[in-house]
Amino acid sequence: MNKIFKTYFSFSLILLITTLVFGVVAALSFLYPEQYKEILPFQQLRPFHVSSAVFWILTGATASIYCFTHTYIAKKEQLFASIFMSIWMVAIIIVFICYSFNKFGGREYWEFPPSINILFLIGWLFFIRHFWLFWKVNTDKKSVYIWMWLTGILFFLFTFIEQNLWNIDWFRATFLKEMTIQWKSNGSMVGAWNQMIYGTSIYLMVKISGNKSIATSKWAYGSYFLGLTNLIFNWGHHIYNIPTANWERTIAYSISMTEWIFVIGIIQNFKTKLFGNQQHKHLLPYRFLLAAEVWVALNLLLALFMSIPAINRYTHGTHITVAHAMGTTIGINTMILMASFSYFTGNEAYEGFLRTAFRIAQLSLFVFWIGLIVAGIMKGYLLVEKQLPFGEVFAATIPYLKIVFYAGITLSISFIFIIRQLFKRVNYSD
Amino acid sequence: MIKNLFILLIITYISYSVIIYSIGTNQIKQEKITTEAAKGFHIWQEKNCQSCHQLYGLGGYMGPDITNIISDSTKGEPYARAFINNGSAKMPNFKLQKEKIDALIAFLKWVDKSGHSRIKKEEVSPVGNYQIEE
Repeated sequence: MNKIFKTYFSFSLILLITTLVFGVVAALSFLYPEQYKEILPFQQLRPFHVSSAVFWILTGATASIYCFTHTYIAKKEQLFASIFMSIWMVAIIIVFICYSFNKFGGREYWEFPPSINILFLIGWLFFIRHFWLFWKVNTDKKSVYIWMWLTGILFFLFTFIEQNLWNIDWFRATFLKEMTIQWKSNGSMVGAWNQMIYGTSIYLMVKISGNKSIATSKWAYGSYFLGLTNLIFNWGHHIYNIPTANWERTIAYSISMTEWIFVIGIIQNFKTKLFGNQQHKHLLPYRFLLAAEVWVALNLLLALFMSIPAINRYTHGTHITVAHAMGTTIGINTMILMASFSYFTGNEAYEGFLRTAFRIAQLSLFVFWIGLIVAGIMKGYLLVEKQLPFGEVFAATIPYLKIVFYAGITLSISFIFIIRQLFKRVNYSD
Repeated sequence: MIKNLFILLIITYISYSVIIYSIGTNQIKQEKITTEAAKGFHIWQEKNCQSCHQLYGLGGYMGPDITNIISDSTKGEPYARAFINNGSAKMPNFKLQKEKIDALIAFLKWVDKSGHSRIKKEEVSPVGNYQIEE
């Protein structure tokens, strides 16, 4: 590992820690606003939490791609990736400094002053250059993960630019235009980073099992193209209730229903994945990949139900949306990235203390996820059916959110123990 | 074949984006943003109101959805002004000057005129989709 990459790797893990810590502190401020609104204001803590999560996913995904691609590139040309990593680390630090001084001005998840986005954009162009160098020399274009990485990297660029179009007056001429474009880009951007992360997941499966057909099968390519189609059209479920043209909703609804194919495929392959690779079960990366598989199934089911407008009428704007967001960012993205990080720091063994931490993390996440779903059902029912005032609905969800809070604490502690082990490993690696 | 399909999907993405930016968002007649509302939108972002409040169900969970607070017969503009001016048990007082509060109110009025955040039962079609009056 070169020095900048080591720093970037550690920086990425620190972002995961800040996500967890700020999540717990923000939850405290959410549950007890009267006590904490002055010293720990929620509107200041939430951006720390959500931006840390987004940056953890993006730095984690790019660190993984770099790690698996840099050996193809001549040493002096690896400079592009180093520049990318340096720019992004500096930009992220500037973002947190802005948050500390209450300097906001952006949009949801990217709430910092928008001028900082120029740094992120420049940095990303260097990363594209790095990937292009890899693409040129790599002769194996049959593996689907190569295409997934390419898709994720390119579409992140497209959606990132699109997400900043609001700075041009024409794009916020009407509120519907502004909201539609904003959530189109947000939805598709998630699809873009999922491509990078799912690509990493397939790469790891191939490396751990030694079975190359995982990355070249018809199922792998079918899933990839279906995922890409969903990236393009499926964002509409975020804005079902915005009075845009009805055909936009119909397209999003129809395309999102194709995701049942994923669910059926996952269920069919479950037995093989759970019991067919017993020789790898002692490896931590394999366990993380397996956990991610379970979380993919659970979150896909939730997403499918939320994508039916008649159900979305009850779930939209409730904690079910949070359950879906947290379930995917922690259950899927973080599990795969942890698999990746524990793989390239030496294929960590699943035993002893790490095994205990892993199990507590999975159980905590499950309680956390269910707690949010129950709170969301409660909110949806009381707001839509009973039409109770917001204050009463908020109070009714608090007991469930306290369970979520406690599960969040155990989840954070267990993850921090696993991260500590990865830190140790990276410091001893060459 | 993979390469061709990939290029085709990129072209589809670009074409669909152009359609959304034009026909998709111009089809419904909407009130254009005023200078005052644009100022209010910037204040909304600078004070990070979206961390706690929702517009069309998108945003935070600490406070209520305020898409239609201005036209709400039980709340309305005076209610919104009072909260912005003084804060509440959960909401901090941002100590905004009157002109900034006016701009925020102009922004909320503009949002309110764009539609209704809640979907009525009658707007759900038999196949589970919404048919919102255009």
